[in-house]
Amino acid sequence: MKRRDFLASAAAVASAASLATPRIARAQTANQNPRVLRFVPQANLSTMDAIVGTQYVVRNAALLVWDTLYGVDSKLVPQPQMCEGHEASEDLKTWTFKLRPGLKFHDGAPVTTRDVVASLTRWMVRDNMGQFIKKRLDALEAIDDQSFRFRLNKPFAKMLFALGKANPPLALIMPERIAKTDPFTQISEYIGSGPMVFNKAEWVPGAKAIFDKFDGYVPRPEAADWLSGGKRIMFDRIEWDIISDPATVGAALQNGEVDWSETPLPDLIPLLKRNRNIKVDIADPLGNIGSLRMNHLQPPFNDVRARRALMMALSQEEYMQAVVGDNPDLWKPLPSFFTPGTPFYTEAGGDILKGPRNYDAAKKLLSDAGLLGSKVTLLVATDVAITKAEGDVTNELLKKIGFEVDYVSTDWGTVGARRAKKDPPSQGGWNIFHTWHAGADCINPAPYTALDSSGDTAWFGWPKSDEVQKDIAAWYDAPDAAAEKAAMAAIDVASFENVTYAPTGFFLMYQAWRSNLSGIVRAPFPVFWGVQKT
Amino acid sequence: MFAYAIRRVVSTIPVMAVVALFVFSLLYIAPGDPAAIIAGDQATPADIERIRESLGLDRPFLVRFGEWVWHVLHGDLGVSIFTNLPVTHMIAQRIEPTVSLMSITLVLSLVVAIPMGVVAAWKNGTWIDRTLMVIAVLLFSVPVFVVGYVLAYAFALQLDWVPVQGYTPIASGLWPWFQNLILPSLALGGVYIALIARITRATMLEVLGQDYVRTAKAKGVDQRAILFVHALKNAAVPIVTIVGIGFASLIGGAVVTESVFAIPGLGRLVVDAILRRDYPVIQGVVLMFSFVYVLVNLLVDLLYTLFDPRIRY
Repeated sequence: MKRRDFLASAAAVASAASLATPRIARAQTANQNPRVLRFVPQANLSTMDAIVGTQYVVRNAALLVWDTLYGVDSKLVPQPQMCEGHEASEDLKTWTFKLRPGLKFHDGAPVTTRDVVASLTRWMVRDNMGQFIKKRLDALEAIDDQSFRFRLNKPFAKMLFALGKANPPLALIMPERIAKTDPFTQISEYIGSGPMVFNKAEWVPGAKAIFDKFDGYVPRPEAADWLSGGKRIMFDRIEWDIISDPATVGAALQNGEVDWSETPLPDLIPLLKRNRNIKVDIADPLGNIGSLRMNHLQPPFNDVRARRALMMALSQEEYMQAVVGDNPDLWKPLPSFFTPGTPFYTEAGGDILKGPRNYDAAKKLLSDAGLLGSKVTLLVATDVAITKAEGDVTNELLKKIGFEVDYVSTDWGTVGARRAKKDPPSQGGWNIFHTWHAGADCINPAPYTALDSSGDTAWFGWPKSDEVQKDIAAWYDAPDAAAEKAAMAAIDVASFENVTYAPTGFFLMYQAWRSNLSGIVRAPFPVFWGVQKT
Repeated sequence: MFAYAIRRVVSTIPVMAVVALFVFSLLYIAPGDPAAIIAGDQATPADIERIRESLGLDRPFLVRFGEWVWHVLHGDLGVSIFTNLPVTHMIAQRIEPTVSLMSITLVLSLVVAIPMGVVAAWKNGTWIDRTLMVIAVLLFSVPVFVVGYVLAYAFALQLDWVPVQGYTPIASGLWPWFQNLILPSLALGGVYIALIARITRATMLEVLGQDYVRTAKAKGVDQRAILFVHALKNAAVPIVTIVGIGFASLIGGAVVTESVFAIPGLGRLVVDAILRRDYPVIQGVVLMFSFVYVLVNLLVDLLYTLFDPRIRY
């Protein structure tokens, strides 16, 4: 063998060995530990106060750390969680609850009714249903360390749902000293009585959040079902890896560096489905409702005819294809303001969204109202894929029916601030922006801020309709399921009449996980209890 | 030179003051509202207003600016609006990944780019020169994130040599630390390599045409010694200058690279803070980056004296 050949061979062997080394080294550090779950949440966890902040990602983290008195199951029926049970007076004005024994906070202190009263007092300021209870409240009082009572001056049939609902802000129970924090100021101690302890020392906001198993947690004996039953965590540690780039999330999942992605990019789903090490399924069966939100205070949409014209020309198919692509399993038309498949779903009044789209009629309506050619300022958050897709469809639609469009391409942070302005668009205001509502928030009017039509105090766009408000009040007072259903139908009709906003369709999103995980269920939030890794 | 260095360090104070005023003013007039982001999509305008008040965002510009400057002068960069954590703590959490990424990129770039430029100049006009310059143009033209995705696909997904994303602290082992940084450094270093290689080539071409090089050749000095000892030292001043200037683009590139490879560094911290309008964090990180940039330029100025004894301060 010549010297040069020998050196070349040696170099080849050396490089092959050095290339093999990383694989071995990586295998040792790869995500193999069955007691550690690595999860990629839908967004950055930038705050941990789920009363001040109502983002879903904060709610999802809070569900690990804090517990609730009641919790809805997958049929949306509230079941006891921290409570052993309750007694309601016949007139539904007095509600007495008893805590189950052995509940402890992460700092070792027992959970008492003083903590419960302080926590509910803070929650009632921020939550729609809480505010409704507060208006009727004579007293919220601790009877002893284990029992407490609501005394109301009017009946309230939905107390258990209010305490156990899944939409933010949840009625989370925290120690009294923390719960006494102003409801508009963030807490800085994250101590709950939930199944996991938030590891603040290892928290790197924007990158990593760690939850360690709480050994003092005593799960209920029943099987877990969404927020109800025994929340049995099979991991010592749950790591939330915040990965902002969705393509990187897909690659990390394929490489086994993370176990579970809450919302993988829809474009990557076919690729993930082809990978035998990955399972893909619908994340939340209650899905989402796309929203085209109009400003009811400023022309042209201060005129209901302009809002109707837009609604009669709007094609939900076009919106949904822009949002989720061509997969028909991921979307359906929604001639309603409420979540399909839920007990009180109704399509009453929704005919305007059914059938072929009528652009000529829309144009004529605008022409009759003298609004043809009006300028519309359309805010589009281009950094959020869903709002960008919806904004582009709206841009074309507005032009098609005869509006002049001022397309404002910006980021979600700017939309969030600008949509609060009631001024004319020329002075920094707006006419239309897009968002979407989680289906879990649209099952009834209580968590559904977007339906509120109280005018000045309503959600952005400030719709005003006495009829809608009257029907929402009737729903709160409904004594039974039949009355509730009738109230929901009336709300739907009145909301379509007023065009509170324009629903752009119902859509679902996927979740994906490594096939060595089991126990993952469909829910409006990631359910960690019952999940196992082999 | 020591007096000069002290003077330069002192002169950074007005620079930092201007940066502070500029950043604070820019954020003040920029659209966006952290209270709206904290409150979430379902919050009502009244809720958002109450949160804004609790954060003190409704106070006048001068009051807020004065308070911030006062705290900065006492070494306190404030507290994040979102996390309630001190900004200094958040920066400290993120420094190691960014410094690691930039150090490896810098070393890698110098090790690759300088020989590349020297060889291109030496083989001027040949196919080697043209090939190296085509590579440089390619590295210059392809965006960092494209290079990043391609590298991750090839070396992490297909070959499974290195992880796709993440960061392992150096305390957990040199090899895992390096594994996480090799692809990001290659992606980030592309533009830097191209920039330094082209400048090295241009400067070397000028130096190689000078009399003392011809004399060295005539004396039979070894070609490598001519290139890397005699010529390169005389070409070093413009190269060092471009290394310093390129540092700014490295910071910009780190922002993208850290996002693509999910490295929890300062680049991602500032991007997240901008998207959320977390003013204290943005101000703190920008102030720190400006300070580092000023220091790097000072270092470059001082390095001139090392390569060219004629330069005196």
